[in-house]
Amino acid sequence: MGGTQEVQLMKDDGTRMDGRRPDEMRPVHIEAGVLNRASGSCYLEMGGNKVLAGVYGPREAIPRHSQNPTKAVVKFRYNMAPFSVDDRKRPGPDRRSTEIGKVASEAFANVIIVEEFPRAQVDVITEILEAAAGTRCAAISAASVALADAGIPMRGMVAACAAGKAGGTVCLDLNQPEDNHGEADLPIALNLTTGEVVLLQMDGHLSSDEFETALDMAIKGCKEIGEIQKEALYKRYQRVVDGEVA
Amino acid sequence: MKKVRLMSEENETASIVVPGDLLGEEGKYKSGSGTYKRDGRLYAKRMGIKSVRDDEISIVALGGVYDPVPGDLVIGIVLEHGPSNWLLDINAPYPAPMHVNEVPWKVGFAETSEFLEAGDAVLCKILFVDEMKKIQATMNDRNLRKLEGGALIEVQPSRVPRIIGRKGSMLNTLKKYTDVWLFVGQNGRIWLGGEEESVATAIEAIRKIERESHIKGLTDRIHAFLEERTGRKISDEEEEE
Repeated sequence: MGGTQEVQLMKDDGTRMDGRRPDEMRPVHIEAGVLNRASGSCYLEMGGNKVLAGVYGPREAIPRHSQNPTKAVVKFRYNMAPFSVDDRKRPGPDRRSTEIGKVASEAFANVIIVEEFPRAQVDVITEILEAAAGTRCAAISAASVALADAGIPMRGMVAACAAGKAGGTVCLDLNQPEDNHGEADLPIALNLTTGEVVLLQMDGHLSSDEFETALDMAIKGCKEIGEIQKEALYKRYQRVVDGEVA
Repeated sequence: MKKVRLMSEENETASIVVPGDLLGEEGKYKSGSGTYKRDGRLYAKRMGIKSVRDDEISIVALGGVYDPVPGDLVIGIVLEHGPSNWLLDINAPYPAPMHVNEVPWKVGFAETSEFLEAGDAVLCKILFVDEMKKIQATMNDRNLRKLEGGALIEVQPSRVPRIIGRKGSMLNTLKKYTDVWLFVGQNGRIWLGGEEESVATAIEAIRKIERESHIKGLTDRIHAFLEERTGRKISDEEEEE
């Protein structure tokens, strides 16, 4: 999108246009258990991104031909609200959201203990209320908290974060202008317990050295988000323990 | 892992864990429910409170679906009837079929709907669960029957042990104070029969147990609550009998 040179992305003092250091994330806010009807839920803000995630199941997989006799299938829906972007987004699934749903469901199929629920499905539904670059990472991080809130057995929590290259510098968690006019974007999702990378995509060009730097940076970012996820879940269950909610 | 206070007045704490939290070494501890093993270590697989009894670590889950186990007493709701079986919703991820041979009545071919119809509630038992989680339910046992009248409520399946209490103590308390008939299914469904007012009191008490099941001194608080509501006083000795 756009050329790479016409927009200034880095200041002369080595910080980014929004004042962040190259290895600094946008502020993240997470709240677990925000919906009453879903088995588990989460609201997440990451910079300008606003994401709501809800989880149902496990329940018997429908349609029947989608059942797997040995394990549960994870159905991940990624959907952008029409008002989530500057120009109204035409509602409904498109090529991009179908792809994100697919890769995210594959990421979670590696983390959820699917063998415990043969023939079942776990529904993860994420709605992007407002988008500002890095929505798939925000959606995955939110989904992981919602899954834990729903009591679904997992090998670990998943956090997702992107790194990339903008204005010639490798930096963490690209914002909208950096994503649009930068050279590369590298979103990853990490199983925080095992350290496995469960999702890795790349858009643009990076040298292999830059790739290594970006990957390390993104992994560090995921771990940071992981701590915020845990805090959100602790806070949610302090409320349960206090008898405020069931 | 994080320590939380269990009750504001006391200094009781418990450890809340999230999926993937390290619980201990495999040699030192045994793996209980809600945990999994990886590379000789035990990890939590769901969110809950860590509990160590003897050398076994388990997670007391704070939520999650009902996992059927053979022998469990559950309350099923008939979804549909076939020529020789019924399909029951038992609040598990999967429906449970119940064959005509598994009911205490003599049912002829295609006569299933004369005995149980969609929407009927039955007290039944899980006969078996295979590795594909195919479930079979039965009503061929003492006290298993169709539930008529009364009220049916649903609670979190993970709270059922607290509602029953140690050796059924909480259940007996509820029955003694309110004089209601109570059937608690392991799947989180509870059937209550009796006078409308008493049933309402019992439901309120059950909701209180569900909400406050992690807070210490639950039994005393339920006693106090029921005493206030029913105006009865039942001494501990009487309850021992």
